Amino acid sequence: MAKGIWVFAEQLGGQIKKVSFELLSEGRKAADQLGEELCAVLVGKDVTGLAESLGEYSADKVYVVDSDALENYTTDGYTNVVADLIKQYEPSAFLLGCTVTGRDLAAQVAQRLQTGLMTDCTAMEIADGQLVFTRPLYAGKVFVKAACPEARPVMATIRPNTFAAVANPKSAEVVKVDANAGDIRQVIKDIVRQVSERPELTEADIIVSGGRGMKGPENFGILEELADVLGAAVGASRAAVDAGWVSHSFQVGQTGKTVSPVLYIACGISGAIQHLAGMSSAKCIVAINKDEEANIFKVADYGIVGDLFEVVPILKEELKKVLA
Amino acid sequence: MKILVCLKQTFDTEAKINLDSNGKIERKGVSMIMNPYDEFAVEEALRIKEKGEGEVTVISVGGQQTQDALRQALAMGADKAVLVDAGDMELDEFSTATILAKVISGMEYDIILGGFRAIDDGSAQVAGRVAEILNIPVVNVVTKLEIDGGKALATREIEGGSEVVEVSLPAVVTAQKGLNEPRYPSMKGIMKAKKKPMQKMALADAGLDESQIAPKTKAISFSLPEARQAGKIIPGEAAEAASELAKLLREEAKVI
Repeated sequence: MAKGIWVFAEQLGGQIKKVSFELLSEGRKAADQLGEELCAVLVGKDVTGLAESLGEYSADKVYVVDSDALENYTTDGYTNVVADLIKQYEPSAFLLGCTVTGRDLAAQVAQRLQTGLMTDCTAMEIADGQLVFTRPLYAGKVFVKAACPEARPVMATIRPNTFAAVANPKSAEVVKVDANAGDIRQVIKDIVRQVSERPELTEADIIVSGGRGMKGPENFGILEELADVLGAAVGASRAAVDAGWVSHSFQVGQTGKTVSPVLYIACGISGAIQHLAGMSSAKCIVAINKDEEANIFKVADYGIVGDLFEVVPILKEELKKVLA
Repeated sequence: MKILVCLKQTFDTEAKINLDSNGKIERKGVSMIMNPYDEFAVEEALRIKEKGEGEVTVISVGGQQTQDALRQALAMGADKAVLVDAGDMELDEFSTATILAKVISGMEYDIILGGFRAIDDGSAQVAGRVAEILNIPVVNVVTKLEIDGGKALATREIEGGSEVVEVSLPAVVTAQKGLNEPRYPSMKGIMKAKKKPMQKMALADAGLDESQIAPKTKAISFSLPEARQAGKIIPGEAAEAASELAKLLREEAKVI
């Protein structure tokens, strides 16, 4: 009989990703309601020491696979060990953060286990004794509630920032598992990490975003400065990306990233439907735009009709004062 | 080089979504496009072909209307198209991947390309599932691809950077924006496309019955997001408005 809510404890460079703590916190509630165990799965090299921190966020048990072969994430290596663990212990649910790694791993594991996977979910509840997930379609133009009635484990990737990470210390039982990473067909030749103090767009609490109104790549500096004051990520609309001003990795919208920050500051963004789809779940939206007819004002909580090149630098100074 | 591209037809990104009287997504009257990420995959396939010898086959699971997306790929320069029509059956990613893998397993291929996700369900799992079923490696979210001597060297997006991954062919590679600039079909291409082969299959033709592709996940209900209301326009000159905004974000919205 399948039992246990499992959470993939994603780590990078000896740090557990915040989304994993978020999933454990929400997973705790589900596990308690269903009368099941809450377990974390921790995979990597020299990661055993991180197991304790998972206990601090409610995990009853932490399965640790610690191996030289798993130093870097590879689709095959991680799929092999995670799928084997699941086959051995048969949890009823397996949750992952909807991150680049979580998404990659989830698809392979779900197929190997012949189960269903709901991706990029923004809510989880228990209805009729089963886990039901809400996920956005068309980047948030519509939502679907979905479940996996029969196949087990139920799998879902959950968007970062969906749940609060709530510390709830337990002394988790650490189960070291000697697993074989197997045949890894993806050979990593090089890894380039951009050294950035900024949070990832999809995980950021605050995003400062620029659009066509930025007029050129050289002007993104003023957004960076504003972002620095707020500890924010910088984003962009498709218009700014297509103009070649910033890399596509900055793009927010239906053909870019879907974000759900607490605060989204849209500068010189008109508010095309594709862009709104990607950011309209922000808790608070601020729009700064010269064009008072711009669509963005229809969704913004606060708007300033004005020249962003005047407003943004002053706003930066004012925020500095407020935050001092 | 036999290159396969899995593609999906989706709603135009301009589309507004409505629900019909059954509470399901209204499909009538919505203009359809090729999933933008799949366009990158088609373009990449054509570029691989143009570097040497090769043949590009595009394949999709969908209704008859999906022919439009396949024709677009043919007009861009793909050689052949395969459409698997699953009729009215509800499909999930498991179902679609099972169908694609079954059809592909009867074909010759060196590399399989697709978009890393579709802009409708955003699920980013069909290509990976196909790789798993076919027991070949996958590299996802790729922004640069080189094919050489039976190997693919792919640069993929990772959190906070990128990595270069090498896999032996055959493999599945999924495209991210940045991989290339998809070409527009030329008038000549569009005319030629009309004569290119489009193979249409039903599930039975693919040797599948409904039980093999029964979805694992089930949609329970659909809902539209609550419309956001326009908030306050903060009046005044730039300095005054910016100062007021900083105060409101702190004291009223409590977001900083």
